[in-house]
Amino acid sequence: MTQLVLYFSLFSLISVGGVNALMPEIHRVTVDANHWMTSAEFTQLFAVSQAAPGPNVLIVSLIGWKLAGLPGALAGLAAICGPAATLSYWVGGYWDRLRDAPWRPVVQRGILPVTVGLVLASGYVIAAPDGLNWHNTLIASGSALIMYATRINPLWILFAGGALGGLLLG
Amino acid sequence: MPRSRTELFLGFLSIGARAFGGVLPWTHRVLVEERRWLTAGEFAEVLALCQLLPGPNVANCSVVLGRRWFGLSGALAAFLGLFALPFAWVIGLAVLYTDFATYPAVRAVVSGVGIAGGGLFIGTACKLARPMFRKPTALTIAAGCFICISILEISVLVVLPVVLVVAMYAASRRLI
Repeated sequence: MTQLVLYFSLFSLISVGGVNALMPEIHRVTVDANHWMTSAEFTQLFAVSQAAPGPNVLIVSLIGWKLAGLPGALAGLAAICGPAATLSYWVGGYWDRLRDAPWRPVVQRGILPVTVGLVLASGYVIAAPDGLNWHNTLIASGSALIMYATRINPLWILFAGGALGGLLLG
Repeated sequence: MPRSRTELFLGFLSIGARAFGGVLPWTHRVLVEERRWLTAGEFAEVLALCQLLPGPNVANCSVVLGRRWFGLSGALAAFLGLFALPFAWVIGLAVLYTDFATYPAVRAVVSGVGIAGGGLFIGTACKLARPMFRKPTALTIAAGCFICISILEISVLVVLPVVLVVAMYAASRRLI
């Protein structure tokens, strides 16, 4: 479990752009390097973490759970979030103190297109992890359009996505 | 802004409670549209900061916003609110039964929810992009960032510094 905490603390500090990008590395460490579980077990835990609501970083809690029960689950989550959260706490405080700096409006204008590009990239990798096909293009573009153009509760969109997935992908 | 730490905690709890298919779209919906603690511009700015920092983006956002409003205890309240229900969910599923998640029918439904969740990200990105719809330079930078990461599959660690420099230059020349 010490090893788990060390690995995930390190991942916490290198995972710029979100935890999704780290998934192959997490797989390598848990399955290939340390043999904490088989590849099939990893896939199963990944599936469970997707079936539940919440940040997909919770796969790490499931790995901790598999290794050491509830303490492992909590330690895994603390390890993957803690270092980055501590850094965010300090940087966020510093950022808020610079509210009136003369260059702030420039940064605010410049950062928006970068944010939009990154959120689009996240959406793409979530909707089409193995590339585009007509199923995921149909579901994702319909979902995006309804999300953008209406104020309908997104749970309905996800419900429709699940139903379509059951029909088209089963 | 929230009136108390309890309200802050409950706000983030309500994000975690419904965040099937990704947390970010729900964070935008709750903070900007439902509770109106932030304007769309303020949200985009905090999100940008948290994307540049390592770690799970929304977890970082909860810490930065919680601190802004109520200091250290606020950061803890927001973070714990965000994770409490999803953590319980995921462990609950793992305790009860893990085999179900690999049944083909369940996989198909979960995949469908996941794809629709990706669509929610894209819809949210379009909402965030509203202030730059009439700014071709900004749209080009956003599209370039997306294409480099998603289509050309260049590492974020490479794309991000380059795109940031271009964006800051454009902003300082008032092109954005």
